Amino acid sequence: MWNLIKPRPATLRLWQLGLLVLLFLFWHVMTRPGLIPPFMFDNDKQAAFFFGEPIKIFGVIRDWFFINADIYQHLWVTLAETVMAFAIGAAGGLAGGLWLALSPMASAILDPYIKAMNAMPRIILAPIFAVWFGLGMGSKVALGVTLGFFIVFFNVYQGVKEVSPVVLSSARMLGASARQLLRHVYLPSATSWVFSSLHTSVGLAFVGAVGEYLGSSQGVGYLILQAEGSFDINTVMAGILVLTAFALVLDEMVGAIEKRLMVWQPKVGETEKL
Amino acid sequence: MAAPAIDLQGVACTFVSKDHPGQRYTAVQGVDLSVGAGEFVSVVGPTGCGKSTLLNVAAGLLAPSAGSVQVFGEPLTGTNRRAGYMFQAESLMPWRTALQNVMAGLQFQGVAQAEARTRAQEWLARVGLADFGDRYPHQMSGGMRKRASLAQTLVLDPDIILMDEPFSALDIQTRQLMENEVLSLWQAKKKAVLFITHDLDEAIAMSDRVVVMSAGPASHPMGEFAIDLPRPRDVAEVKTQPRFLELHAAIWGELREEVLKGYAQQLKKA
Repeated sequence: MWNLIKPRPATLRLWQLGLLVLLFLFWHVMTRPGLIPPFMFDNDKQAAFFFGEPIKIFGVIRDWFFINADIYQHLWVTLAETVMAFAIGAAGGLAGGLWLALSPMASAILDPYIKAMNAMPRIILAPIFAVWFGLGMGSKVALGVTLGFFIVFFNVYQGVKEVSPVVLSSARMLGASARQLLRHVYLPSATSWVFSSLHTSVGLAFVGAVGEYLGSSQGVGYLILQAEGSFDINTVMAGILVLTAFALVLDEMVGAIEKRLMVWQPKVGETEKL
Repeated sequence: MAAPAIDLQGVACTFVSKDHPGQRYTAVQGVDLSVGAGEFVSVVGPTGCGKSTLLNVAAGLLAPSAGSVQVFGEPLTGTNRRAGYMFQAESLMPWRTALQNVMAGLQFQGVAQAEARTRAQEWLARVGLADFGDRYPHQMSGGMRKRASLAQTLVLDPDIILMDEPFSALDIQTRQLMENEVLSLWQAKKKAVLFITHDLDEAIAMSDRVVVMSAGPASHPMGEFAIDLPRPRDVAEVKTQPRFLELHAAIWGELREEVLKGYAQQLKKA
C-alpha cells in the first residue's frame, strides 16, 4: 500500500492535494464550534469568529460563483486592473530598462532617482492616485503600474548588462546593426531575467485589490472591505482564497509562456532511465 | 602589388583602469604586422602578451591608442566588415539553435529567410552538423559548438578570417580534426587568415608565416619565420617531418626566453 502512494513524481499532485485537504481539515477542527473543547478562547464561538470556518467560507464562494453569481463583475474588475497594470508596467519597464542599460550617461544621471523611487513604499501612493484618478479603476491600475514597472525594469536592465561580451562582439562581427543587436541579442538575454522574477512577483500583480481595499465601489478588494466592516471573517477569507487561486492561475500562465519562450535554456538532468 | 588584407602600422594599445585612472597598462606597442590576401599568418607569444588585443584591433572591435589599421588599402572605421571572427570563448547565441546561429549573419545582412536557411544548412553539413541544426548550444558538445561557430563565421564568406585560439578548449583529437578541416577550407577558398595561438605546433603546422611576439607589457613582434612546408598538409603528419622539427627548434629558441620573461613577470605580480 505504502509503495503505491509513496511520494514520487507520479503521485506528486496527490500529495499536494492531500496536504491541502489536511490543512483545511485542521482549520475546520480548530474552529468548528463545539467540536473540541476551547483551550485558547473563553467560549467555543470565538475561534470561528477570529479565523473563520472552512465550511462557511466554501459556502460563501459557492454563493458567489453559482447561487447569486454576483462575484463575476467584481472579479472582472480586479482582473482587468491587474492585467492592465501588468501590461503597462511591463512595457514601460522594458523600454526604460533597455534605454538606461544602453545609454550609460542617462543611467548615471537617473540612478539616484530610480533608487529613490524603488525604495519608496509605493502602497503609500494609493491615496494620491485616488485623488488623481478617482476611485474607479484608474487609480488601481496606476498603483499596479508602479509595482510592475520596477520589477521588469530592474530585470531588463540587469539582463542587458549581463549579456555575454563575446556573444555581443560576435553578433557585431556578423554585421548586426544597433537595432538588430537590440532585437536579437539584448532582448533575448533580458527575457530570461524577466521571467525569473515574474514568478516571485505574481502576487504583487494583485495589488489592484489592495487599492480597492483603500477605497472603491467594486472589485474583490471592495468585497473584502465590506465584509470586514461587518466582521464577516468568512467572506474576508473567501475573498483572499479567490484572489490566491487566481494568482496561482496567473503563475501557471507565466510558466506556460516561459516554457514556450525559454526552450533554449539548459535544464538539469535531461537523461532518461532505461 | 595588391594591398595586403590587413596592415597594422605602429599600433599601440594602452588600457586605462576604470577604477584607478592613474593606472595604465600598455599591452602592445609599435606593432607592424601585415597579412597578405590569401596568406595564413599565425601569431604566437607568451600568455598575456596582447595577442588577442591585436586581433580585436584588426577586427575593429578595439580602436588602437596609436597607429593605423588598413584593410585592403582602406583605413578601418568601425567593425571590420570584410572579416569573420572566431572567438576563443563561446560565442554562439544560446537562444538560437545551431541552424539559426549559422543563419544569423545572413539575416543581419538582409538575405531572404529561405535562402539564408539553405546556405546555413549547407555550411552545417560541411562542418559535419547536418543533423544537429535544431540543437541549442547547451545541447551540443564543445567540439560541436566550435564547428557551429566556424560555420557561423564562414557562411558569410569573409575575405579575412580572424581566429583567437579557437581550438584551445578542445581535446587533442577533436582539435586535429578541426585544424585539418580549417586547413582544407582555407586551401579551397584562399582567404587571409590571422590566427592567434599559444601552441607553437599548431602555428607551424597550419601557417605560411609565424610571428613571435615579445613578452608584455608593450609587447611587439620580434621575429618572423616563413614556414616552407609543402601543402596540402595534415597537421598530425607534418609534425614528423624533419623540416618541421628544425623550424620548431628555431622558433622555440626565440620564444623560450620571452615565455620565461612573461612567466617571471606574472610571478612578480602575484
